[in-house]
Amino acid sequence: MVVANIEVSETPLVLYTLRRADDALILGHRLSEWCGHAPMLEEDMALSNIALDLIGQARELYGYAAKAEGKDNDEDKLAYLRDVRQYRNLLLVEQPNGDFAQTLVRQFFYSAFADLYWRAMMNSRDATLAAVAAKSEKESAYHLRHSSEWIIRLGDGTEESHARAQAAIDRLWAFTGEMFAVDDSERGLIDAGIAIDPIALRERWLKTVTNVAGEATLVLPQNDWMQQGGRFGRHSEHLGHLLSELQSMQRTFPGLTW
Amino acid sequence: MYTQALNTAEADDRSLEDVAHAAQFQARIDAEERIEPNDWMPAAYRKTLTRQISQHAHSEIVGMLPEGNWITRAPSLRRKAALLAKVQDECGHGLYLYAAAETLGTSREELVDAMLAGKAKYSSIFNYPTLTWADIGVIGWLVDGAAIMNQIPLCRCSYGPYARAMIRVCKEESFHQRQGYEIMLTLCRGSDEQKAMAQDALNRWWWPVLMMFGPPDKVSQHSDASTKWKIKRFSNDELRQKFVDATVPQAQYLGLTIPDPGMTQDAEGHWRYSEIDWTEFKQVLAGNGPCNRDRMAARRKAHDEGAWVREAAAAYAKKRQYRQSAQAAE
Repeated sequence: MVVANIEVSETPLVLYTLRRADDALILGHRLSEWCGHAPMLEEDMALSNIALDLIGQARELYGYAAKAEGKDNDEDKLAYLRDVRQYRNLLLVEQPNGDFAQTLVRQFFYSAFADLYWRAMMNSRDATLAAVAAKSEKESAYHLRHSSEWIIRLGDGTEESHARAQAAIDRLWAFTGEMFAVDDSERGLIDAGIAIDPIALRERWLKTVTNVAGEATLVLPQNDWMQQGGRFGRHSEHLGHLLSELQSMQRTFPGLTW
Repeated sequence: MYTQALNTAEADDRSLEDVAHAAQFQARIDAEERIEPNDWMPAAYRKTLTRQISQHAHSEIVGMLPEGNWITRAPSLRRKAALLAKVQDECGHGLYLYAAAETLGTSREELVDAMLAGKAKYSSIFNYPTLTWADIGVIGWLVDGAAIMNQIPLCRCSYGPYARAMIRVCKEESFHQRQGYEIMLTLCRGSDEQKAMAQDALNRWWWPVLMMFGPPDKVSQHSDASTKWKIKRFSNDELRQKFVDATVPQAQYLGLTIPDPGMTQDAEGHWRYSEIDWTEFKQVLAGNGPCNRDRMAARRKAHDEGAWVREAAAAYAKKRQYRQSAQAAE
């Protein structure tokens, strides 16, 4: 009976795909925690919708990672049978929901990146990644619009919402640098035209973020120190708790079909 | 999700100033015409419908909680996406229903406040806990199944906005029901542990689901006006029997046992169930179900913690409007 973690042969393509799949799943999971508890019914709907898009992206990417690996793994094994050290997502997306401002700032930072990223990835030489990108780009554009509008409303709303939005920016800023980091395994894929170089997106990302923050009367931190580690399985303490919940059924009843 | 037990019409409309209007109104109902928001209607009709539709809306929203309890723990990515989409649908139903209720002249805020203050009811079925994954299957199969039994006749309800909302809601509910049954089927074809989980969930939900149809006809006091106004077309017991007759073969196909040893099939093929424990129903309605306090606390928490967000949205909208009109004046 299989209970332990699966092993994944992380070739550059498998690792690259898993990293993006993990981003989508973990952020989708975080957003799904709001379902039934949002500040208004419209946001229960919107946050669930975004969560569904992200979980959908994760499923396609896990499916592709499993195929690229060519072993016995599948989307559920990849999601449910890897532990915290095997997860490859950005630290940003595993941060707890906090209040509505923390959730929306996290979403805004990520979506402002994802929108550019998926649009660029539509030109990937890898046909599957390009197809995932074409679908995800449309979704991310909506996610960015939704979160930008909220950043502006919260920043330029009341004194309290402004303070909360500013606190969220200050808290989450240090997790944004990881989105633009590249390691050797990704460098090869970039050279082969399979992946895009995220550094090329940074200026446009910063412009979007600066414009929206400006309209929201919020200030971006000057601190350049960026926290990293998620891509290599060095996570915050939050991820383990998320996974223990996400994986509880598969860990309690190993090997069953649901 | 469910309304039958909540039908609490005014006993009669005694304050009609305009007898001619009332007669004309009833004639339209009898001719199966739809009543629309701007049409004349008796005050008691308006009040009954506002109550019923808003209670239905509250049920959808509170009903998100027991199922939402499993979104983060769904056992596969496919199940996770399907459950999240389902709970999102319930939220959508709540929204259409609040909108339908608003056409009768009471705002969503007032309706929600009444619920949060404990003055408005929601379906008592949501005061039971979801303890295992099988509960998600049973809720789809039986709770949504019972809701469909109730709501199909409401698609022909005399009040146009409610009837139209029900058409869309019923389509989605029947999808949910199939999804729930499919979860049950997977469990029942699975390991012994999974089958036991399915049976345990059925055991816990069966009687509360039968109670969803409301008190027995012999003690149900409120149906007369609703029947006359064609808001309600079948009695509680008629719908309950229809539901039981449809469900028993489904349980047999799954290989599950209905937790009613006294159940028999009569000569006409109807499955006759044993006496329902109405004391439990009354206790849950009175606030003493296993989760009443938790459900209300969760809704109040979401409402209270979201207040600053709603205030910010309103403040921003006001500022924006002010800036736009200032710009236009320049």
